[in-house]
Parts: sequence; C-alpha cells; structure tokens
Amino acid sequence: MTTIGVGHYLTVAAILLVLGTFGIFLNRKNVIIIMMSIELMLLAVNLNLVAFSSALNDLAGQVFALFVLTVAAAEAAIGLAIVVVYFRNRGSIEVEDVNLMKG
Amino acid sequence: MIVTAAFYLFSAILLGSAAAVVTSRNPVHSVLFLILAFFNAAALFLIAGAEFLAMILVIVYVGAVAVLFLFVVMMLDVNFSQLREGYQRYLPVGATVGAVLFGELLLVLGGWQFAPQASALRLSSTPAGVSNTHALGRLIYTDYIFLFQIAGLILMVAMIGAIVLTHRERATSRRQDIARQNARQVSDTLEIMPVGFRAGTDITGIIRPKREPEPALADEPHTHGVGLPGPGEHG
Repeated sequence: MTTIGVGHYLTVAAILLVLGTFGIFLNRKNVIIIMMSIELMLLAVNLNLVAFSSALNDLAGQVFALFVLTVAAAEAAIGLAIVVVYFRNRGSIEVEDVNLMKG
Repeated sequence: MIVTAAFYLFSAILLGSAAAVVTSRNPVHSVLFLILAFFNAAALFLIAGAEFLAMILVIVYVGAVAVLFLFVVMMLDVNFSQLREGYQRYLPVGATVGAVLFGELLLVLGGWQFAPQASALRLSSTPAGVSNTHALGRLIYTDYIFLFQIAGLILMVAMIGAIVLTHRERATSRRQDIARQNARQVSDTLEIMPVGFRAGTDITGIIRPKREPEPALADEPHTHGVGLPGPGEHG
C-alpha cells in the first residue's frame, strides 16, 4: 500500500458497518434485507481483518477472514432456508409475525 | 498514485451500493447492489494484497450467496411494498443509532495507533517471495488445519440443515426403492405359458393389435399448402 494506510480501510469499514446497522433498523419488517445488512456488516469485519493483516504483514488475519466468510456463507444458507420454510407455513416473512416463541 | 485513485473509486462505489442495498424499494435491486458491493470489496482486498480472499469473495459471495438471496427473493410471493410501511417510523431511531455508532468508531479511530510491540506479536508473518495463495495454503493446511476442518464441518452442517429444512416429500415423486427392486422375482412380472406345437398366437390367447388400414390420402379434398401431397399428386 502506498499512501493508502490502514486508517483508510478502517474508515471505509466503519462506514460500511454503520450502513449495515442502519439497514437493520430501516428494514425492520423485511427479514431478507436484514440478512443482507448482516452480510454487509460481516464484509466490514472482513475488510478490517484484511487491512490489519496487510498492514502488519501477518497472514493470520486473512486466515481468520476466510473463516468469517465460511461462517457467513453457512449462516446465509441456513437463514434463507428458514425464511423459505417460514413463508411456506405462514405465507408471510414479516418479522413482527414471528412471535411463536414470544421472544 | 493510481492505487490511491483506485482505492477511493472502489470504496466510493462500495459505500454507495451498500447504501442502496439498505434503502432501495425493490429487494431485487438490493440484491444486485449487494453483488456490486461485493465486487468492489474484492477490489479493495486486491489493493490490500489479499488476492486469494478477493477471488474467494467473488466466488463465494457473488457466485453463491448473492444468487441464493436472489433466488429466495424471486421465489417468495411477498408483497414487498407492504413490508416497507414502517420506513419513516424507523428512520429517526436508525439514524440516531447509526450516528452514535459512527461517532464512537470515529473516536476509536482518532485515538488509535499500533502498539509498539505489535509487529513482534505476529502469529504468522507473511513469507517473502511467495504468492498470497501459496502462503495462505501453507498456513491453512499446517497451523490452522483443525480450524479448516471445522470450517468444512460447519459448511456440511449448513448444507444438510438447508436440505432438511426445505426438502419436502411429494406424493407424486418417484423414488428408487432398492429393497423392492431386490425382492422382485421373475414370476411377479413374467408369465410363462405352455404353447402347444404349431399353436399360433390366436390359440394361446395372445392378441396382437390389428394393423390399421392405410389412410386413404387420395380421397381427401385438394388443399393448398397444408399437409403432405397424396400419393397420386405430383407438385
């Protein structure tokens, strides 16, 4: 990295994380967009890990980002499967309808 | 210099498309903006020197996760405009929480610097003269082999879970029943009949379908264009 330091990456990742949080609040009813916001937040985390890994010349950060990617992919698959099953049973994916367990 | 310009370009597109993901009205547009955001994040990874992760991000996220999202969004028959009713209501609290979080992150970022012993605490420093993928492979299959196996296990559990959750047995589906196939006898399906010497099929009761008489094409009225010409016609 020439003039681009780790601070630039951290700023971008911070804005991305805030956008993800904002998306969760903004789309309180649509569970699919909430999951997309979670993906954005995980992407921000990965960006941080890669930036630190690059700045410190430490490959452990990239290995960790790889595992974060794995878990995020598994989470998306299971979450979307749950959404599909829920829609099949209830005919709706509104988050407020999901109150079977009184959570 | 060009790296700096590329960084700013890619991060601007990344943040813009991330904002479009959370604010667009149509969820399909959200997914497409998510794909754009992942592409630009992959470009940022490339600038940071993480080539393998950039390619993994494109393959796993754009190729699998985003397409999965697209499938689900298009498959569910949901009135998505109805899901956006509380948009204005949630906007202030969302903006407040976002602003607070961003302010905190900026505070952290402003007073942050590397610890003096940070470079001495490296877990696995980047080897020189080896490509990124090669170095990661050396690490993953040696030091992190158990974590790597657990990651594979997590993916397998996710796959099985997704199949178990969404699979449903249809009454019309025809499945292979191996036990039934193995238990099948010749006598179940084949009947061997004694046929007397010189006994024809008429006598044994086997009735062949009678041959259809040839359709008389020549008797049909003459039509132009449609149908094949009859045997008696030329041209």
